[in-house]
Amino acid sequence: MKILRPTITYLLLIMTAVIVFFPVVYAFLISFMSGAELLQGKFIPESFHLENYQKAFERLPLAHYLWNSFFVSTVVMLGQLIVSALAAYAFVFIPFKGRNIVFFIFISTMMIPWEATMIPNFLTIQQLDWINNYQSLTIPFFAIAFGTFLLRQHFLTIPKELKEASDIAGLRSFKFFWKVVIPYCRTSFVTLGAYGFLTTWNMYLWPLLVTNNDQVRTVQIGLKQLQTQEMASEWGVVMAGVIIVIIPTLILLFLGQKQLQKGLAQGALK
Amino acid sequence: MKSTAELQEKSVTKIDTKWRFIYWRSAILYLLPSIILFSVFLFYPLGKTLYLSFFLTDQQGNANVFVGLENYQYILQAESFHKSIKATILFVLYTVPTGVIISLFLALLANEKIKGVGIFRTIYSSTMGISVAASAVVWLFIFHPSMGILNQLITSIGGTSIDWLLHPNWALVSVSVTTIWMNIGFSFLIILGGLQNIDDHLYESARISGASYFYQLRRITIPMLSPTLFFVITVSLINAFQTFGQVDILTQGGPSESTNLIVYSIYREAFVNYQFGTASAQSIFLFICILIVTILQFKFGERKVHYQ
Amino acid sequence: MYSVELKQVDKSYDKEQLVVKNVSVIIEPGEFFVLVGPSGCGKSTLLRMIAGLEDITSGSLLIDGKTADHLPPSKRELSMVFQNYALYPHMTVEDNITFGLDVKKMRKKEKKEKCYEIATMLGLTDYLKRKPRHLSGGQRQRVALARAIITNSPICLMDEPLSNLDAKLRAHMRSEIRELQRKLGITLIYVTHDQVEAMTMGDRIMVLNEGVIQQVGKPIDVYNTPANPFVAKFIGSPPMNLTTGLVDKSSSKITIRDGISIPVDRLIVNDGNSDQVLVGIRPENIKFQEESSNLDLTFEVTIDHVEILGTETLLKFKWNDKSVWYAKWYGQWDIRVGQTMRLTLDPDSLCIYDGKTEKLLQGPQNIQHQNVREGII
Repeated sequence: MKILRPTITYLLLIMTAVIVFFPVVYAFLISFMSGAELLQGKFIPESFHLENYQKAFERLPLAHYLWNSFFVSTVVMLGQLIVSALAAYAFVFIPFKGRNIVFFIFISTMMIPWEATMIPNFLTIQQLDWINNYQSLTIPFFAIAFGTFLLRQHFLTIPKELKEASDIAGLRSFKFFWKVVIPYCRTSFVTLGAYGFLTTWNMYLWPLLVTNNDQVRTVQIGLKQLQTQEMASEWGVVMAGVIIVIIPTLILLFLGQKQLQKGLAQGALK
Repeated sequence: MKSTAELQEKSVTKIDTKWRFIYWRSAILYLLPSIILFSVFLFYPLGKTLYLSFFLTDQQGNANVFVGLENYQYILQAESFHKSIKATILFVLYTVPTGVIISLFLALLANEKIKGVGIFRTIYSSTMGISVAASAVVWLFIFHPSMGILNQLITSIGGTSIDWLLHPNWALVSVSVTTIWMNIGFSFLIILGGLQNIDDHLYESARISGASYFYQLRRITIPMLSPTLFFVITVSLINAFQTFGQVDILTQGGPSESTNLIVYSIYREAFVNYQFGTASAQSIFLFICILIVTILQFKFGERKVHYQ
Repeated sequence: MYSVELKQVDKSYDKEQLVVKNVSVIIEPGEFFVLVGPSGCGKSTLLRMIAGLEDITSGSLLIDGKTADHLPPSKRELSMVFQNYALYPHMTVEDNITFGLDVKKMRKKEKKEKCYEIATMLGLTDYLKRKPRHLSGGQRQRVALARAIITNSPICLMDEPLSNLDAKLRAHMRSEIRELQRKLGITLIYVTHDQVEAMTMGDRIMVLNEGVIQQVGKPIDVYNTPANPFVAKFIGSPPMNLTTGLVDKSSSKITIRDGISIPVDRLIVNDGNSDQVLVGIRPENIKFQEESSNLDLTFEVTIDHVEILGTETLLKFKWNDKSVWYAKWYGQWDIRVGQTMRLTLDPDSLCIYDGKTEKLLQGPQNIQHQNVREGII
């Protein structure tokens, strides 16, 4: 009995892990295969050569796309952190009248699917002449209700005595925010930051709409280009592209998994 | 005596209004960025979408002719929109329950306190870090008619290969499988977090009274986890309604519109056919659907949810 | 050092119920003033109003003779120690201590010196680089104290600062805080629900119940002559024994039990509003009676419970078969549970309260510890 349960657990863990992780491993293996190997229906490449990766970078300005994605994701992440933190601070520490109503309005924006506003947003961006521009990929995403909500929930856990103590010491509101609130809620900031970076990096529909040349195009759209171009035979190159695209976010996820899990669960439940 | 009392009262209210003003002013300052951004990129466009849905538009998206509810009448009668609705509903039914159950199962496994469980947690959550585009491209190859691993497996055991993405009956299933796989990471992480929040003492006392694993699962884990599951189900539902990338890469809405999910339909209507009016009507339809689902969820789901 | 004066202060959160009612008191400069009462009596609210963390519903507050009703907390020149210490978990002990100085323009070096000086005073020098979570409860308490006194504020407020410590440490910190206050000479307003802390620490104490002042005075006076039955029950452990008595105006006697009546002053009897009075006696004033005496205050009881505390022995028994009474004697007495004993009340140590108004009609005639008390203070 004592041995049976762990054995079954390990067996299930390994089986499910193989299934879940299979597509990633599969893409990784194919990214080293030549077209001929693929046609033979092989599963393991004969040798690990980097030709496909080289080709992927040759076909498309992939490095430039990567930089675009990185830049856009970082800016959105920072923007979200700042905008959400400011709003959350007001909701927790400033007892203004109508606070609950305004908060309710904020939260209810989570129910508006972004896609329902996509057409006018596209038209706005067009009018502002922001097509093929970093602004169009970043600024619309700075305000997210989820971020405000997540941070507010954590801010609420700050003992009110900390605020009172700094009131007695005569700290200004912004200094309290800077010196106490941010360091106290570091974990939530990391969670929200990682979440914002991941979602922006993985964004697909919006960059598809507002970019139509290489200038600010993100790597996700690059992947689609690669796939449509190489459809015929060179799947190895496409998979090389896939691996290049997923490595940064996978690393981020592996590093921040614990943090993300704790933070998201907290934000979801309280 | 009376006059001093009055005087005092006056000064109190004066100071109160002053403080109220100060609070208001600083609150506005802190909220201003959010308010501006929400107004420009959320409230205004939502209103504009509603507005556009009553008009015929030109290619630049300018409202030309007021047509009242005709756009709505049109989409509700159009066969392709019916198909799109049907596909979306089927897609929700395929992905949400399966996705949540698989994630719950994985989370329960990964919550066991045994050695090396960390690596499994990382693997299960990894799909969260893989973008829509990347996942769709990989699955596109997995579903490849001749070179894809699925058909290779089937033919190697003597079956006939399946046109995963080209057959109307299979295409939606294939897109669903891809979606479930993509969403496992996020759902798993949230559910695992929920599981770890359950007080260990509950299990210890259950063990002392000799409850079996499945009894504990039914009487402790699931009830205590219900808020988390509730959240995951809501998020998965909304995500399912908003699916776009997989469809764009895997099937482009085909074959014969069997995977033309609502957001893809909106995209096509607006940015391929330049019918901004009808596309807006569809957007409003989507908005109402999500609104109803969320409200229903909260109304009926919340009752069964057991908060700590 | 500043005085603090409250004038007819009321506090209400919902505009209907008052949590603090008509409190007026003057706290002298350099005084150790204790607000004591059961939980929910409004003592913390009162302290937070002095700090400016809550506004005053009506009445006014004067600090150093100047109206301070609407001053923000930081302008009131006070420091505060919170029940949970309110240490910033992400800052080191040193940063926590100097937190209050950040606002004041002060050079870094000066700040450091000041911090070191205070840390030495409180024995914290070894922990300056640590985070609060790596400290014990007592050390955290000291950091909170250090943070309060480093600003040199003339007034310090403390809200149940010892309630999170274990009993032994609490006893130690009591004397430490008291000594610190004496050394610095600051005005200290201290909130507690623990009557032992109130008794042992305060120059004066104020007993509050349901938002109303019950009594203000020196601890020993409050102990000896409680102003009403509530104070009598609240101050002292075990509490004062209380019983109802029937007044016979013609013979000026109060009957408290079959066969036991106390002769009292005619004037006091006539003062009373009703025929009923409450009679109280401290446990240490119930004596063991070996043979029946001429005074008719002797009675027989069965002992329900005995606690020998080393220096004293505590007896529990039933008075008139219903209320629980205690007797406390010096020394170690060999008494068994269930034993029947003859006890007697010291007629000069009784407190007599009006049955209706609960006002003190007559306090104890002989305050036993008079001489000793004067010797100490």
